[in-house]
Amino acid sequence: MIDQLEASLNFSQQALSLRHERQKVLASNIANADTPGYKARDMDFGAELAKATRQGGAGAGGGLSLARTDGGHLAGQGMPSPRGELLYRVPDQPSLDGNTVDMDRERTAFADNSVRYQASLTLLNSRIQGLKKAMQPE
Amino acid sequence: MSMFSVFDISGSAMSAQSQRMNVTASNLANADSVAGPDGEAYRAKQVMFESQAASRRGVGGVGVREVVEDPAPLRREYRPEHPLADEQGYVSLPNVDPVAEMANMISASRSYQANVEVMNTNKQLMLKTLTLGEG
Repeated sequence: MIDQLEASLNFSQQALSLRHERQKVLASNIANADTPGYKARDMDFGAELAKATRQGGAGAGGGLSLARTDGGHLAGQGMPSPRGELLYRVPDQPSLDGNTVDMDRERTAFADNSVRYQASLTLLNSRIQGLKKAMQPE
Repeated sequence: MSMFSVFDISGSAMSAQSQRMNVTASNLANADSVAGPDGEAYRAKQVMFESQAASRRGVGGVGVREVVEDPAPLRREYRPEHPLADEQGYVSLPNVDPVAEMANMISASRSYQANVEVMNTNKQLMLKTLTLGEG
């Protein structure tokens, strides 16, 4: 029962935590906009989400897995290894000091990411509401 | 707490930018200081930023590594009547470039604003996340 609950919330949860990771990366880019030699970074969100949900769904490959000595045991799994492989942005106009942060791009990406985070949050919330309602005695 | 490290990142940038603003203010204020505590004219100062990406993944805030003095030569002006003039009648004036300082100031304030915005957006998202599943 509980692991079914987890499965139904897993996708949104993974999406939310990846969005949060990306938020951090973008905040770091904006923070380092004036640091000489800093290279702007970002992640391929679709690929990372696919990887994360595949790991979570299969119950293997992520972190440490739990040995099961009986068929009735639940599959346990440790924290998945740190995800979010970071790539480097290709600059349109490289600056002389080696910094590759393009403020317009970063701020656009940041706003985009915030709204999508909020969308994931709303989705997760309504799913929780739905499950709660289904468990309510009438 | 990894959830709140976004605040650390933006906060470090805000403090670094305000330090840059302080240095700029000092430079502009002393653009005409012909004598400092050591008897020399004031020398312009610049901050050096340094990324604080401690983790292997290269995400982190920013900090001021050090404040360096501008090595450019002092401006010299011929003013024989000035009390601080040397034997040839020249007075050493600070090597502050007011135009560059103004540009620096605008850049610092814009960066500061961007980081405040990042922090506000994050705060709202975190507050929303804390009410997940309520209501």
